[in-house]
Amino acid sequence: MIEQHLSLLLVVVPLLAAPVTAILPSGRLPWLLTLIVTWLCLVIACWQLSVVIDGSVISYELGGWSPPWGIEYRIDAMNAFVALIVSAIAAITLPYALLSVEKEIPLHQTSLFYSIFLLCLVGLLGITQTGDVFNLFVFLEISSLSSYVLIAMGEQRRALTSAFQYLIMGTIGATFLLIGIGLVYAETGTLNMVDLNQRLHPILDHRTVHTGFAFIVVGIALKLALFPLHLWLPNAYKYSPSVISVFLAATATKVAVYIMLRMVFGVFSNDFVRITPTDHMFLLLGVFGVILASVAAIYQTDVKRLLAYSSIAQVSYMVLGMGLASVLGITATLVHVFNHALMKGALFMACGALVYRVGSSRFEKLNGLGRQMPWTFTAIFIAGLSLIGIPGTAGFISKWYFVRAALEQQSWFIALVILLGSLLAVVYMWKIVEVMFLRPVSDTALSVKEAPILLLIPMWVLVIANIYFGINTELTVNVADSAARLLGVAAYHE
Amino acid sequence: MLLILLQDYWGSLHTMSDQQLLLLAVFLPFAGAIGVMLCRRWPNLREAVTLTTAATVCVVVISLYLRFLDGALLAVDIAEPLPGLTIRFEVESLGMLFALVASTLWLITSVYAIGYMRGHHELNQTRFYALFAIAIGSTLGVAFAGNLLTLFLWYEILTIATYPLVAHAGTDEARRGARTYVGILLTTSIVLLLLAILITYTITGSLDFREGGILAGKLDPAWAGLLYALFIFGIGKAAVMPFHRWLPAAMVAPTPVSALLHAVAVVKAGVFTVLKVTIYIFGTDFITSSGANDWLIWFAGSTILLASLVAMTKDNLKLRLAYSTISQLGYVVLGALLATNMSLVGGALHISMHAFAKITLFFAAGAILVAANKSEVSDMGGLGRAMPITFGTFLIGSLSIIGLPPFGGMWSKWYLGLGTVESGQWLLLCVLLISSLLNIAYLLPVPVRGFFGKARDGTTYTHIREAPVSCLIAMMITSLACLLLFFYPDPFYELALNAAGGK
Repeated sequence: MIEQHLSLLLVVVPLLAAPVTAILPSGRLPWLLTLIVTWLCLVIACWQLSVVIDGSVISYELGGWSPPWGIEYRIDAMNAFVALIVSAIAAITLPYALLSVEKEIPLHQTSLFYSIFLLCLVGLLGITQTGDVFNLFVFLEISSLSSYVLIAMGEQRRALTSAFQYLIMGTIGATFLLIGIGLVYAETGTLNMVDLNQRLHPILDHRTVHTGFAFIVVGIALKLALFPLHLWLPNAYKYSPSVISVFLAATATKVAVYIMLRMVFGVFSNDFVRITPTDHMFLLLGVFGVILASVAAIYQTDVKRLLAYSSIAQVSYMVLGMGLASVLGITATLVHVFNHALMKGALFMACGALVYRVGSSRFEKLNGLGRQMPWTFTAIFIAGLSLIGIPGTAGFISKWYFVRAALEQQSWFIALVILLGSLLAVVYMWKIVEVMFLRPVSDTALSVKEAPILLLIPMWVLVIANIYFGINTELTVNVADSAARLLGVAAYHE
Repeated sequence: MLLILLQDYWGSLHTMSDQQLLLLAVFLPFAGAIGVMLCRRWPNLREAVTLTTAATVCVVVISLYLRFLDGALLAVDIAEPLPGLTIRFEVESLGMLFALVASTLWLITSVYAIGYMRGHHELNQTRFYALFAIAIGSTLGVAFAGNLLTLFLWYEILTIATYPLVAHAGTDEARRGARTYVGILLTTSIVLLLLAILITYTITGSLDFREGGILAGKLDPAWAGLLYALFIFGIGKAAVMPFHRWLPAAMVAPTPVSALLHAVAVVKAGVFTVLKVTIYIFGTDFITSSGANDWLIWFAGSTILLASLVAMTKDNLKLRLAYSTISQLGYVVLGALLATNMSLVGGALHISMHAFAKITLFFAAGAILVAANKSEVSDMGGLGRAMPITFGTFLIGSLSIIGLPPFGGMWSKWYLGLGTVESGQWLLLCVLLISSLLNIAYLLPVPVRGFFGKARDGTTYTHIREAPVSCLIAMMITSLACLLLFFYPDPFYELALNAAGGK
């Protein structure tokens, strides 16, 4: 029977731990508690996935109120999959956080830092668990508000303006989402996703529904940093503490992708996407996002900003997958959600290790550091190969599915854009490689040592995961495929 | 004592199962690379690790060859990264031929490299030897790949692993060269080759290598030419013009890299892939019946001629050899494109014949660089009298490339010529003949100038001696092999004939 409660536990455990962490004395104790909580979440998320992986659905009625009146937590393969990604990244980030946070966050703020981190985790996990659109909005706000605070805790004063920029954009996005949900609620009188889907079906041609849909999509697109609504992201990733860059880059946009999938394909429907120009819009913005963000990444002179632009490009791939609106396309998107979390997690961790040793991620500080920090450099190199999509890495699997989804529909242009995107990734990743590997070491950097082992181990766990999930895709592909089918997306027919 | 040890060693190879032996061949170089890195503080031990690994890999490949001759089915699946698509190793004739060439030449090059790297006082030698081993491991991976996905996997790893070797010197020039190298190879493989593989998979639902190909009957013949072009140009390592620029750019690497990787392993991985795709993905019948090769053969033909013409203008010896390689690769590609039995035999044979000859030339070029510090052909007047062995081997290598008896290079040209006749392409036969003349024009001046010319400033070289002994040994072995392959080409010929369909 405990399986029924798993979905709730995943939210309640970090939610209860957050205030406890806040009142603990600063130091390593809050870290330890957070570590335990994240590992507990990981165990629960694995368990939950093992229950629903066969295609079954867990439905939990919050407070015993049966849906559609009460809030329902509804877990299928897709929810469990995304929840697993979030909790796994959190669990891997935490061992890394110990040293990095001690270096970048003032000691007296650490208990608050971890407390807010847990709240952010609550928000992200809650989004993946709930089957109620208003509840989803609430969790989205929890995660957003806490991430504004976390970003503002960055060392430089620019962190404050970046957080403020994100706050403005994020709030607009959330407001749009709320307006959209309100309009849909006005039309249907329900907030439960399954119920909404059924009730929307006969009235899909109503103007109000269309307007609501537009508000919802734009609102989520802001959170997703979908081109051209991506302006908040580079600075937010650049100036936030290293740990937060890792965590947000690997999870926040992925959860936003999940929301988009759930709302567009789960609440509305595949047919709705096809009769409205939504799929074309996704394709158009995805193409622009892949090309322009990748080109922008090439011109960066700071590793963190470069990776941030690369994230925008990678999210655009996922949007392309949605635009293809087929089982293969959605599968590609979900596989990439997982794989991109692995590669960007590893890259931002390596970046954090560089910041830990030389205090900056600007190119001029990193000249020749590849020889001083070989393990960090190799991690960047392998994760970079995965980002490019070299076979034998996780990135290749994503690319394989994206191009196949495009070829299946004879979308030659989209297929070429996807391949062109990985070429641009070669260019920007090679900029980092050349700086770190071929430029001569500056005299000041000669004393720089390899990052401490506590930073290296989590980094390398992710690097090895990048290779492992490039060779064994049983988990990723199977789950993504069954999740795509559960969404009710039809296979593409000519 | 030593004999007993060797016997033990041989015995343990014998008791291994076929699968284990196959995996050992591919992964032993990687283990060797780790060993090299562990021994980085003791250069002599490190070189011993390289030599031992190279020798062992050579023995393993040869014993694989013996088992293959016995008719053993050597195949093993190691993973299934995509549903229905496995990472699979399988030994077949063409791969066996390529693996034999690569592994024996690795051993010889290792001997050479030790003399060269020390004589030339190169930096970062540990990295050099480790990556060298990885590159050879990847080459064997390409050779033994059991389907197109596996082949692509190792093809890309080979590109990545050789990048630091090209950038080895760390100078601006090396950085530029390495950028061109990796840029062109990755661009062609990601945009064209991967697309071609995905299209093939979308059409057929399979990437297996099968006798007679997998595309026949599934692909509209009208589109066959386009898909074939995607493959031919996508396999950038085959250096078909206009995607050849990476090869001259790679010449900034230390000479052993140019010798083994950019005359044998990497470039041959390219033309090997072309042959594999031709024989096992398209199938020769499908190519000739659909006319997929109609216009592509002219790309190969013009690559052969144009690269030879460019080679004549190059004064830098390594660059001249690089363009010569491009031209010679064109022979193999042409052999594949003609898709007749004889042309395929010629193409496959040329992989081995050209390898032994070209590596000799590069060894000699490196020896001249180490001993006399000269890289321009025009500076080499009179040098041959000071370094007779070096220039003598260069002469032998040149003659083999030109295709004169009694050297191995004659056989491959012979069969390629027969192939053009068989398919009625007289114009291409002329291309082959003109190219041979051009070979004479750009290769023979080097030894001629060396033996009979004078230095520009009139000095006679008395202070210059031959290159280090290990370099000389390596050169002599490969030039002897050129001679031997004329009289005894059978092992390679049998394999080539088998791959071509053996009719």
